[in-house]
Amino acid sequence: MTTTKSDALLPAQGIEAPRSGRIDPKYLRSGSSKSGSFEMAAWVFMRVSGAALVVLIFVHLAVNLLVGEGIHQIDFGFVAGKWANPVWQFWDLAMLWLAMLHGGNGMRTIINDYAEKDSTRMWLKSILYLSVIVIIVLGTMVIFTFEPCLLDNSGQLLESSPSFCQNV
Amino acid sequence: MTQTKGTLYKGREGMWSWVGHRITGVGIFFFLLVHVLDTSLVRVSPEAYDAVIGAYKNPIMIVGEIGLVGAIVFHAFNGLRIILVDFWSQGTRYHRQMLWTVMGLWVITMIGFTVRHLMLFFEGWGGF
Repeated sequence: MTTTKSDALLPAQGIEAPRSGRIDPKYLRSGSSKSGSFEMAAWVFMRVSGAALVVLIFVHLAVNLLVGEGIHQIDFGFVAGKWANPVWQFWDLAMLWLAMLHGGNGMRTIINDYAEKDSTRMWLKSILYLSVIVIIVLGTMVIFTFEPCLLDNSGQLLESSPSFCQNV
Repeated sequence: MTQTKGTLYKGREGMWSWVGHRITGVGIFFFLLVHVLDTSLVRVSPEAYDAVIGAYKNPIMIVGEIGLVGAIVFHAFNGLRIILVDFWSQGTRYHRQMLWTVMGLWVITMIGFTVRHLMLFFEGWGGF
């Protein structure tokens, strides 16, 4: 029997794919499992939310930092002025939810990659999920329960109120 | 037989863009946690919010902001490159050229942002 030279040199022959037999079945592309379809959905979500976040965040940065007085314009009145407009409320809400879920899923991937001990992985992911939930709930409540025209004890409008409060 | 030096991935554009994407992503995530918390102070009192936001308006934080925006712009442009690698039929063929495009656009965007941000900052800055 003769072994041709090309047989010995072609890397695709005789060498098993990396991690052969050591891959969690949920990551195999054959068959369908529940967690496999979750990972697929997460993969699609990263691309869809990522594309949306590019637009949402670039406009956010331009409007807050590059027009008007830039960073010096940002104070309570500035935030109040923006959130008086439902478009900016929705804008910031979309940014909050998409960015936290996108970032949360990225952190989940990184934890899965580097934390090899089951208990470490479980703890890190528990802290991550709790942080994501707290930040999303807190941010959503702030956007929808915000009161721009605050009064002091004597019933006078606070100085920091935006100008449109004078007319209400 | 011709053999390429090293591997196609390790130590090359594909690997380094992946490393950069991870590091910037983690940095942005932690900033985001802090940013939602500081914005939430509008619900505490106008004074509390203005005091904390005021801390961003000094030269040290300005340098930090430029770094943050640099991380966001890289993550954004490289993310669009990843989408093209995944969905464009020629994506894997041109992934290296697309990384150099990302870096070029990053430099242009960051020059524009840095100049504008510093100009606006020094115009309204009252000193320490």
